[in-house]
Amino acid sequence: MSMPFYASAEQIMRDRSEFARKGIARGRGVVVLTYDNGVLFVAENASSALHKVSEIYDRIGFAGVGKYNEYENLRVAGIRLADLRGYSYDRRDVTARALANAYAQTLGTIFTEQQKPYEVEICVAEVGEVAADDQLYRLSYDGTIVDEPGFLVMGGQAETLTAEVKREFRAGSSLADALQVAVRALGSGSNGDAARTLPAEQLEVAVLDRTRGKRKFRRITGETLTELLPASTNGTESEPAPTDTPPHDV
Amino acid sequence: MSNGDVHGILRYATSPGSSSFAEFLSAAAPDLLPRHAHHESIPHGTTIVAALYDGGVIMAGDRRATAGNLIASRDIEKVFASDDFTLVGIAGTAGLAIEIVRLYQVELEHYEKIEGIQLTLDGKANRLATMIRGNLPQALQGLAVVPLFAGFDIDAPAGSPERSGRIYSFDVTGGRYPEQYYASVGSGSLFARGALKKLWRPGLSADEVVRVVVEALYDAADDDSATGGPDLSRNIYPVVMLASETGTQRVDDEQLGAVVRQILDDRANRPGA
Repeated sequence: MSMPFYASAEQIMRDRSEFARKGIARGRGVVVLTYDNGVLFVAENASSALHKVSEIYDRIGFAGVGKYNEYENLRVAGIRLADLRGYSYDRRDVTARALANAYAQTLGTIFTEQQKPYEVEICVAEVGEVAADDQLYRLSYDGTIVDEPGFLVMGGQAETLTAEVKREFRAGSSLADALQVAVRALGSGSNGDAARTLPAEQLEVAVLDRTRGKRKFRRITGETLTELLPASTNGTESEPAPTDTPPHDV
Repeated sequence: MSNGDVHGILRYATSPGSSSFAEFLSAAAPDLLPRHAHHESIPHGTTIVAALYDGGVIMAGDRRATAGNLIASRDIEKVFASDDFTLVGIAGTAGLAIEIVRLYQVELEHYEKIEGIQLTLDGKANRLATMIRGNLPQALQGLAVVPLFAGFDIDAPAGSPERSGRIYSFDVTGGRYPEQYYASVGSGSLFARGALKKLWRPGLSADEVVRVVVEALYDAADDDSATGGPDLSRNIYPVVMLASETGTQRVDDEQLGAVVRQILDDRANRPGA
């Protein structure tokens, strides 16, 4: 007869956390920050079809890093929950806080009950009528929910990137300035790598713009994006971005 | 997947592949689907017209809802923007019609958010046809809802003749019929169609077609008691909306007031009109 293998709860949780963190750290980063007219999402993403940033509802946006199928699953569920609430009550009754709570519950349950935690970190952002009402929620693989003031960074090398953004972030800056802060942070080298200049093709950029009509979410692509980027990143040859390592291991 | 495997919000994400909000709703919360019990004095909406102009399409609807021989509402709105480039107008049981439009609007937006792109214009028309077909049992009980759908085809290549406004009409069984120049639905639609036949010409500008559709509704209201005419004393005019390359737009009451007064003047000088 074989002895049942014993592992302490602390050990199991630690192992799961480490597993999730490793998966998340393999992906490229996402920076979400507020600017004078709303919330700006900037992701390093060479694909123009597989999005990391998405619209959820009129005033709510979503960003995810980590394993694509997992955060995509969460994104679709979020859109369905938001549309269901808006259809059964009213459009104004759909809030980022309720959505973030639903995500937190779900991620928490998966973390404790499933064999494998989700290797994702997501952000739910809501743009308010005035800058003071803008909200950024960060949700981690274990269901931790944090209401971040001003900005947040997710994905690989998040700590280095956070330090970069923290140094340059100014509340209420213009869209171009905020974009510059985010792009410079995403391109900043870590572990002695040289800083990279990220061209428009390797960026996925979107805003929740409080000056827009009913639906505040807007992607910024093509010429509009090139014009917003600082001149030094226009037309210069840059090395191709290392692709996301598929966050998958056995 | 059994229920035990489904976690919180993810119960909404367990059937990948479907981008339809209506399908999702019928599984997650079927009680929210548009449905009505049979009742005698339920308000009905009446005449909707649509016609092409040189940069898109215009749709207009009168403002009356009737319950039997009573006027249930003088200022109901029966023409809506279903998304950035399409319009939908509904004749039939008012409460049911407005609920179907609301579901249809969420349906289009839901698809766009999940898929990252909008449905094509034909796809949108087919989706509406399916929803009307779903209402067939109620239609057979006398609660019919018949829409008129119009939009600008932004997917057609620039410069091609398809890159223009388009109109679709429907029947209660979900039949979908592309219309060439103009169309009308509702109890006053016969009279409106007669007017459109005489007034509409190819290549008219937006302002000219606004006058054409308002005059067609005027003719419908003239001969159909369930269609309301423009009400100058209360400043109630038909809802008139445009769909073009730049999006949808509602014609303001100031312009409509001027158009209505012009029509009345012209007719006053033409006894018998």
